[in-house]
Amino acid sequence: MAYPSSIKIVRVPCTGKVDVIHILHAFEKGADGVYAVGCLEGECHFNQGNFRARKRIAQAQQILEELGIGGQRAQMYNLSSSEGPRFAEYAIEMDQRIRDLGPNPIKRMRRSQHSQKGLHP
Amino acid sequence: MIVADKKPIAEIIAAVGDKRRLLVLGCNECVTVCEAGGKKEAGILASALRLYFLNQGEEAKVDEITLERQCDHEYLEEIRDVIDRYDAVISLACGVGVQFTAEKYQAMPVLPGVNTCFMGATEKRGLWTERCQGCGQCILARTGGICPVSRCAKRLFNGPCGGSSKGACEIDKEVDCAWQLIIDRLTALGRMDDYEEIFPIKDWSTDRAGGPRKVVREDVQS
Repeated sequence: MAYPSSIKIVRVPCTGKVDVIHILHAFEKGADGVYAVGCLEGECHFNQGNFRARKRIAQAQQILEELGIGGQRAQMYNLSSSEGPRFAEYAIEMDQRIRDLGPNPIKRMRRSQHSQKGLHP
Repeated sequence: MIVADKKPIAEIIAAVGDKRRLLVLGCNECVTVCEAGGKKEAGILASALRLYFLNQGEEAKVDEITLERQCDHEYLEEIRDVIDRYDAVISLACGVGVQFTAEKYQAMPVLPGVNTCFMGATEKRGLWTERCQGCGQCILARTGGICPVSRCAKRLFNGPCGGSSKGACEIDKEVDCAWQLIIDRLTALGRMDDYEEIFPIKDWSTDRAGGPRKVVREDVQS
């Protein structure tokens, strides 16, 4: 059940905890993509958590698209806690999606700003 | 409460122009409840603007502060010490807050970050509907608590027009006929005799027709 090492896991008590601002902050800090993995729809312990997360991911997608960063860099997946292989499958899919899209464009801009100033990125 | 809706980010970016030191100013009152301009929305807009400028390869400083209210002097004073650090303020308060901030800080461009819509209620999360137009002369006591000024497209005072059909207004089948609602409510209250009473011509001078309004309460002035 190997998944790509490019993925950094941030644990939250429920995907309902994930808000748009957390996703945007991740991109500000240079993340190339963000995806939330929630429980199967209809099986949220808190009833609405994964549905809320889906809506917030959609809001983040819209904002990222408007900003020219790319809405596809934020995604939502659902699985049950016993589906390890599927977790890896989604991770590989997301990793490939981001590789196809390329790095977060703000990192390129930051690097050029730093190099203009003679600083290390 | 005053209900507002978010402005598209592109419109805000266009209004910002060449200013690169920005303060996003949220408001903790009505616009927080309608999820258009509270602390959370101020954070999201500020983050989105930072991302936008980074993506354009431009250096920008975008901070966010959320005040308890932007329609009171005392709360607006809280930014006096920091406001000089910015080229413009994007206020996420209603039009009242935007104007009051602009009045208080004369040399600072204050840009609206939301569209102020109406005075309304939260029917459910994500659905706000108009309930009051502030006409200055409340008649709800006579209409069973349902306002024909804000809820009837024609602002009629003596029953529905011919466009009322199956409880809906002719402008949109999704819009309730206010007079149907009033009649239903008066019936439920056993007060249909009130419906037969003719409303006198309304004095609209207390509405916007009389120009900008004010309320003076010398009894509470200091």
